Amino acid sequence: MDTLFIDDNFHKIYEKVTAGKRLGFEDGLALYQSTDLTGLGRLADTVRRRRHGNTAFYVYNQHLNYTNVCLNRCRFCAYARDRAEEGAFTLSLADVRERLLERIEEPIRELHIVGGLNPALPFEYYPDLLRTVKEIRPQAAIKAFTAVEIDHMAGISGLSLEATIGALKDAGLEMIPGGGAEVLDDRIREALFPRKINGERWLEVMAALHRAGLTANATLLYGHIETLEERVRHLIRLRELQDETGGFSAFIPLAFHPGNTELSHLPPTTGFDDLKTVAVARLMLDNFDHIKAYWVMIGEKLAQVALSFGADDLDGTIVEEKITHMAGAQSPKGLAREEMERMIRAAGFRPVERDSFYRPVNEEKGEGIPAHA
Amino acid sequence: MHDLNRALDKAAAGDRLDRNDALSMLHQADLLTLGELADARRRALNPDPVVTFVVDRNINYTNICMSGCRFCAFFRGVNHPDGYVISEADLHQKIQETIDLGGTQILLQGGIHPELGLDYYTGLLEFIHAHFDIHVHGFSPPEIAFLARKENLTPEDTLRALIDAGLNSIPGGGAEILVDAVRQQVSPNKATAEEWLAVMRTAHRLGLRSSATMMFGHVEQPEDIIRHLMRIRELQDETGGFTAFIPWTFQPDNTRIPAVKRTAAEYLRVLALSRIVLDNVDHLQASWVTQGDKIAQVALAFGADDLGSTMIEENVVAAAGVTFRLPQSEMERLIQDAGYRAVQRDCFYNRLKEVFL
Repeated sequence: MDTLFIDDNFHKIYEKVTAGKRLGFEDGLALYQSTDLTGLGRLADTVRRRRHGNTAFYVYNQHLNYTNVCLNRCRFCAYARDRAEEGAFTLSLADVRERLLERIEEPIRELHIVGGLNPALPFEYYPDLLRTVKEIRPQAAIKAFTAVEIDHMAGISGLSLEATIGALKDAGLEMIPGGGAEVLDDRIREALFPRKINGERWLEVMAALHRAGLTANATLLYGHIETLEERVRHLIRLRELQDETGGFSAFIPLAFHPGNTELSHLPPTTGFDDLKTVAVARLMLDNFDHIKAYWVMIGEKLAQVALSFGADDLDGTIVEEKITHMAGAQSPKGLAREEMERMIRAAGFRPVERDSFYRPVNEEKGEGIPAHA
Repeated sequence: MHDLNRALDKAAAGDRLDRNDALSMLHQADLLTLGELADARRRALNPDPVVTFVVDRNINYTNICMSGCRFCAFFRGVNHPDGYVISEADLHQKIQETIDLGGTQILLQGGIHPELGLDYYTGLLEFIHAHFDIHVHGFSPPEIAFLARKENLTPEDTLRALIDAGLNSIPGGGAEILVDAVRQQVSPNKATAEEWLAVMRTAHRLGLRSSATMMFGHVEQPEDIIRHLMRIRELQDETGGFTAFIPWTFQPDNTRIPAVKRTAAEYLRVLALSRIVLDNVDHLQASWVTQGDKIAQVALAFGADDLGSTMIEENVVAAAGVTFRLPQSEMERLIQDAGYRAVQRDCFYNRLKEVFL
């Protein structure tokens, strides 16, 4: 059976993809504008299988949100609070210790730690936080602090960006989550997050982190006021930095959840848009190893289907996710390892539990045959 | 194992699949391949870039049911305190609301209530048509088979009486899996596969059209799914009376079957395979009620050309703990986002109203 494309544009792109040629801005836009969903899936799946075969990764992780107090107050955020506002919280180191000890019996491999820009926290809080985590969970990798938080820390530490990063690294920081990129575009920034660092700075901080030997993820917050052109340009900017540094590990599209935000009049993203965004990212980001379908954002059903649209990673088992659920996400707050593996197998893939650096742990020998075809 | 490539080539050429072709595809074909083949088949059968839906309401005239199906969280036993039979006033109000919301039909289903006879059903239909101009899509084959037995009539005479009283079409419910070994396990007191098919055959012959359904993801084997599809296809060859096919996944919460809920990928695989195998059924419905709006929209790329009903009211799936909502405006947005025009239809897939957003 030959590959069927309903969209004629796809034949040309398919030739490029099979020849390993880089796709340009126009290609990215044509992919996004198409409604040939299975054709797009086929293109992305071709790349995905070349890189990862039928492996689908997940990680046993724990999320820790250390504060929701934030100076930036982005218009798309349902999580942040002002200092004195009801519901504002900041975890003390004792709180952090308690949160980690609550789940100490579980085989957690990664701690994902992000928060707001809380002006009440001195710089020392952050290395202390890392050291506390490392002390309690020496075996788990710490993936912490978006480029936005790192920039804020550099501002209050009295140190250069490089020295700030050095101090965090010395305290146990091993990897950087991809958040805070939103859309790397000044128009969007002006409209939605004027107080947050701009795209230029986000990339600069990322470059510095990469130079310091820290790998990082990258994200795109999509489904609000951005255009398709802006999305594609965002991907190209990430690709350019990756060409320079090679420091990015995974790209994670983040579907905007309008509930409880200043943009609550907007509709949620559609299944088509979620799958297209995964697929276009897989095709455009030819120098990224991994594309993650973050089930917390798009729901476990879409995330499972996304494995056939270019994604090779379902992220974590997470039990306590706050940021997206405060914006009305309907996904469960945690998925057990068994559910995660069953979901992956039922989609025809082979589940592999990984650590933060995509090294397999507890690898099992299943062949990825659907549990029930 | 049967040759998958041969099956895929047949499917790509638009040839009819036999049982072994279909089974090897269900076992071995990957999700995207099934999707591509289903999408091509869907575009061949329904070349207009249109996705349809119907505005209607599910009205359950009773929840008292003697079938006691193990997959059902909705029914109540005969003397249960929560049991009800709908009052005329409630029925009137529900239909008026449906019409006020632009609805064109009601889906009228029970409960198989042991004490309700033919007079009740014909009375219900006459009452509705006396007060409203609305299409009644009502009474699945098990209800009709039961009523015939209770009244000592043939299914044909029963159907004639219902048609005379104003029944416009019948829903394809109660099919579950049309394999008696499976039905014995999940719905032992309900119509057999042959009875279900016989009611449909007779109805179609009398000019009463119907949909057909399949509920999978409980105790059936892949072979049973294929057998079900083949039985629908055979009857459709004979009568041409089926308007659409609607597969959905069993929702295990609050039921007595301890199955693990089927995932979205499994749903899409079976949906796509249904489109490919049922080459003589014009329309395939996505089930947003069981899958949610995102997967229902994605289903439009896996063979579905219809989003079913806006379901102003739905009770049966909700009783199993699943309550997705999909307002009409959102349905229209999803259809357009998928690259199709949204068109409101009637029960026979006649286009009523195109929606321009």
